[in-house]
Order: sequence, then structure tokens, then C-alpha cells
Amino acid sequence: MSSHESQQPPLGPEAKRYSTRRDFLLQLGVVLNTIAALMIGLPIVGFIFSTLIKRTPRVWVSLGPVSQYPEGVTRLKSYDTPYRRAVDGPTGIINCWVRRVTDDKFKIFAANCTHLGCPVRWFEESQLFLCPCHGGAFYADGEHAAGPPPRGLYEYDYKVEKGELMIKGGVLPTLANPG
Amino acid sequence: MNGKFIDKLTDVALWLDRRLHLTKLWETTAGHHVPKSSGSWFYTFGSMTLLCFVIQIVTGIALALIYIPSAAEAYRSLEYLNYQQPLGWFLRALHYWGSLCMVVIMVLHMAQVFLWGAYKYPRELTWISGVVLLFLTLGLAFSGQVLRFDTDSYWGIGIGAAILGRIPFVGAQLVDVLLGGPIIGSDTLSRFFALHVFVLPGGLLALLSIHLRLVLSKGINEYPKPGVQVRRRTYDAEYEEMVHKDGVPFVPDAINKDLVANGILLVVMVLLAIFLGPNGPHTPGDPTQIISEAKPDYPFLWLLSAAALLPNGSEVMLFMVFPLIATIILFALPFISNEGEKSWRRRPIAVITVILVFLTVTMLTYAGLTGPWSPRMEAWTSDASKPEFIKARTPLELQGALVLQDKQCRNCHAIGGLGGQRGPDLSAVGTRLTAPQLVRQVIQGGGNMPAYGKNLSPEETRALVAYLVSLRPPNTAPAQEAIGPLKAQKEPTNKAAQADSTGSKSSKDLATTDQR
Repeated sequence: MSSHESQQPPLGPEAKRYSTRRDFLLQLGVVLNTIAALMIGLPIVGFIFSTLIKRTPRVWVSLGPVSQYPEGVTRLKSYDTPYRRAVDGPTGIINCWVRRVTDDKFKIFAANCTHLGCPVRWFEESQLFLCPCHGGAFYADGEHAAGPPPRGLYEYDYKVEKGELMIKGGVLPTLANPG
Repeated sequence: MNGKFIDKLTDVALWLDRRLHLTKLWETTAGHHVPKSSGSWFYTFGSMTLLCFVIQIVTGIALALIYIPSAAEAYRSLEYLNYQQPLGWFLRALHYWGSLCMVVIMVLHMAQVFLWGAYKYPRELTWISGVVLLFLTLGLAFSGQVLRFDTDSYWGIGIGAAILGRIPFVGAQLVDVLLGGPIIGSDTLSRFFALHVFVLPGGLLALLSIHLRLVLSKGINEYPKPGVQVRRRTYDAEYEEMVHKDGVPFVPDAINKDLVANGILLVVMVLLAIFLGPNGPHTPGDPTQIISEAKPDYPFLWLLSAAALLPNGSEVMLFMVFPLIATIILFALPFISNEGEKSWRRRPIAVITVILVFLTVTMLTYAGLTGPWSPRMEAWTSDASKPEFIKARTPLELQGALVLQDKQCRNCHAIGGLGGQRGPDLSAVGTRLTAPQLVRQVIQGGGNMPAYGKNLSPEETRALVAYLVSLRPPNTAPAQEAIGPLKAQKEPTNKAAQADSTGSKSSKDLATTDQR
């Protein structure tokens, strides 16, 4: 054992000076590392939860000329979501049900059932939307007809511009964000 | 020469041991002493779960060499694995059946630990870490299903989003975090990929080390004897004495049954993989394919069934309150019942609880497989009409039979067992409901039936009701109002009921009950 290792910290007034210096370095170390952890951690948290910081709004999407929708008929229409990227593949194209009530009055429904989001199907003969998952049923105007769904079908905002039907889409509708 | 060589080898081994402390490591891990009674077949579920996890890691790493976590490519990369990559189908199958085995055996392990009282003092943390391991495993099972990225997986995420969207105040934000974007897309898949291959397995490994460390430090539960009570004051000393007096080293003396059980499990998994093959991918996860039904994998089918069978509006109860209460109970269990009897022979309520939980989950899973609550979307065009429900009918009734077919009634209502199971079978509806009651039910709906008032003309309604009244087994009377037999007999309530006059006259006092 070298004499250096065996040296004891001096007692008495000297001891205080030693411990203060050690304490200071310890505190400095803790503070520095906390700052560093925040500098690394906050951007990571921000990255993961970026959808919360900058939420994507619904935007106007074209569903084509109104002339392709006969009055009183409900049609299935697919549209490219506005935020679609190549990697999204088939998921970037979404379905909706378009019903032309009268001339420029439309009812445009999301395909997602309001119960648990399964795709509802339109039955022309009985004028009903039926959900295959738990048997939810909706009338032609989207109102709840039967089964577990807590409300009618989700409806898109729409407008007709220069003979073209536009809907405000691009966001998955849920009970918390029905659109 | 030979002896010298062995001496040298021994020297090297001893040198290594002095540096690495391998003997000490062995004594405190694989070779640690366990109570002789713990060498039981019932105590093999833990090591079997561990084996499943190891298989999942190995096959998972191999699959990750080919799988592409992009919404555009995932499905195709799975087809490539199935059909082109040599043995890709086998590894996919092993990974799928391995995951099912892991969930099932882990639940069995949990039930065994519960019934044998192993969660009691001093193994509270072993139980709690096990509960977290269960949650992580279920998380892995769900995220794994998402990676398949077929119809089930696409709409499965949709169901997940719809459930989160029901949570008050923060629902919309949680949906955004789940999807990683405004819609179910590639960002969603990447999110689940990161969860499935990094976050959850990492967390599972961490928890697993704690779990195993606790098994070593607090010792494995002795096989409980009925009548022997656990007491906080005395148990530690009793256990130490038991291991000291009657203990055996885990390896090689107590591992034999684990080895046999794990060998059998391995063979079963391989056979399942070879003969049943990989799960899917089924039809691609394409939202424009409207003809799709979402069915979660086996571990979550019971939840789907519960959502279908519980009364409308109880979803918040099922998806939020129930999991919260269940979690609290699981975490609190070792503190609620910390001492006392361990053997299941003296704990009837524990036994009944396990039986009830297993029965419930098994029955709900079975119901989930058959899904009788779903309308059968193609029944109205594909299911046959049996002759006895068509023969000897009046023209009006036959017209009604056509209405019933055209308006898709059979998607929900079977006739003669053919058709949907959502609503009641209509084979004998004429004996249960009178014509006016049928008119009311058809026009106004009620229960789980939509109102058809707007979609049926008065003529169609009349024909339909006439047909429904005629749906009775031979020689049975039509239903009558329950107001008094004589009065009901005297005034037939409308023409539809009049048209049907085949009922026997002797059934005056046949009181009927309203099926709704």
C-alpha cells in the first residue's frame, strides 16, 4: 500500500474544507447530469409525442364531380387521404359512403362504425348500414337504428365547388374526435 | 504426458474460476438449493413460459431479417416469407404458435401460483413482477397481430383507436399517440414495430431478470401442505431450515421434470407449426375492401365477445373500469392475503375463482369464434329456403316470403336454422307474436332490431306479416293477445291474421308471451 493511499483526510477544521469541495463536485455533477438528461430526454419525448404537439387538421379533399352521384342513392367512394405518403401503401386510400339527398344536399358518412370502428356496409334493399362486428345498424340518413353503437354514423363536412364535391377528411373519426 | 495435460487444464480452469467466480455463480443460480417438495409437475409452467419466450426471441430475430415494417411492404414481405424464403413459413408458424403457447402457459403458471399460495409472504414482489410480465406479454401478442398487417390487424387497430377514443378528456390525444398520425398508416405500423421488437421485449427482459432474481433470493415456494399456515414472523426461518435439512440443488436434482415438460412442449410447438402452419396473412389490410370482418387473435377474442354480449353502453365499464379494477386486484392480492393457508385444498374460494375465470374466458373465446351476434351479411342471398317454410302458402304469404328475403331479414334472422343468429329464429314466430305485434315490431323496431317503417310499403308490410304469422310448426295455433282467450278469439285483429285460419280452434287458452 502506498503512503498516498493510506493518507487519511485531516480531522478538525481541515475536514470541513475537504467535504465542502467533495460536496460541491457531487452537487455540480448531479445538476450537470440533470440538465444533460433534460436536453436529451425532452427532444426524445417531443419526437415520440409529436402528433400531440402538432395535431393534423382535417382538410378539403375532392370526391369528384357531383354528377356521378344520382339523387337518393348511397354510393361507396374511395379517396386519397391528403397526408398520404408512398410508404402508406393501400392504407392511404379511405372509403366513405356518399348519399346525394337532393340537388346539392349530401350526406357523407365515414365507413367506421361508431361502436368499435369496424367498416359498415350499405344494403340498398333494406336501406340500412350494417356493421359486421357486433351488429350495429344505421338508417340511410346515418341515424342509429339498432345495436350497440352509441350514436349515428360519423359525417364529413362537405361543400360543392364548381360542380365538384369536397369533403373535410384525412383524420380517422372516433368518439373523441368525430369531425 | 496425459496426466500433465489434465493438470494444465485444471490449472487453466481454476485460474478462470478465480477470475470469473463461476463456481460461486453456479452455487447461487442453477445449483441453488430448493425444497425437495418443489420438484413437482405443477411447478414446470414457469420454465415452460421461459422456453416460449426464448423461442419467440430467436424466431423473432430471424423473421426481422426479412420483414419490412412499412404499410406498403409488410404484407408482401410476409407472403415472401410464406412462399419464397426457405423455411420462412416454418419460422412464422413457430413464432405464431409459440406466442399462443406463451400466453396460455403463462396464464396456467399464474393460476398454479395463485392456487398453491406462492404469492404470499415473502414472495409478493415475485407475483407483482409476474403480473407486469403478463401485461407485457399481452402487449406483445397484440402488437404482433398488428405487424401481420392484414384485414384483422388493420381493423384491430381501428378497434383499438375506437376504444381509446371513448376515454374522457384525453381520448383524441391518445388516439393520435396510438396511430402516430391522423389515420391508420405506415407510421402506425412503425410504432407497433418499435413496440414489438424493442420496447416490449426489452421491458420483458428487464422484468424477467427481476422475477428470476426474486425466485433465487426469496426461494421457490415449497409444495404447500394443507393446514400449514404462513406467518410473517416465522416463515423465513422455517423455509431456511427446510432448504437446509431437506433441500436439493436445482441442477441436477430438481430440474428433471422441467426438462421433460419443456421437451414435450418443444415437440408440441414444432408439430403445431408444421401441421397448422403460419397464421395468414389473410386478405391485405386495405381499407377500401369493405367486405371485411375484424377478428382479433385468440388472446383477445374474449374481450370482443364481452363487448358484443354486454348491454349497450357498458363499453366504458368493459374497457376502462374493468381493466383498472382487475389490475388493482392483481397488484393488491399478495397484500390482501399475505399470510395463512397456502394449499388450495383449504382455499375453496380461490379454487372457485379460478374455475369461474377460466370458464368465463373459455366460453367467451368460443363465442368469439362463432360470433352469433354478427349479422351474416351474405345470408339473404346464399342461404337456402327449406320447402316446409314455403309450401302450402297463400299468394299473399308467398309475397311476404319474398319481402323477407329481399329486405335482408335473414342476415339477422334464421329460418329453420339457416341465416344470421343476431335476432331470434323465425321458424315458429307465428306462435309467439300476433299479427298486430308483428306489425309493430317490423314498423317500429325495438330491442336490437331497426325500424322498417320507412322502407316498407303498407302492402309489403301486410304480406310480410301474413307470412310471419304462417310460420308455425304443423298443428300449432297462432299467437293470441294475452288479454283473455274468448275476446281474442272473437275479434281477429286484421286481414293478415284473418288470412291465416289454419290454427286449431281448441287452443283458446293458449296464452302467449311477448318475445321482446
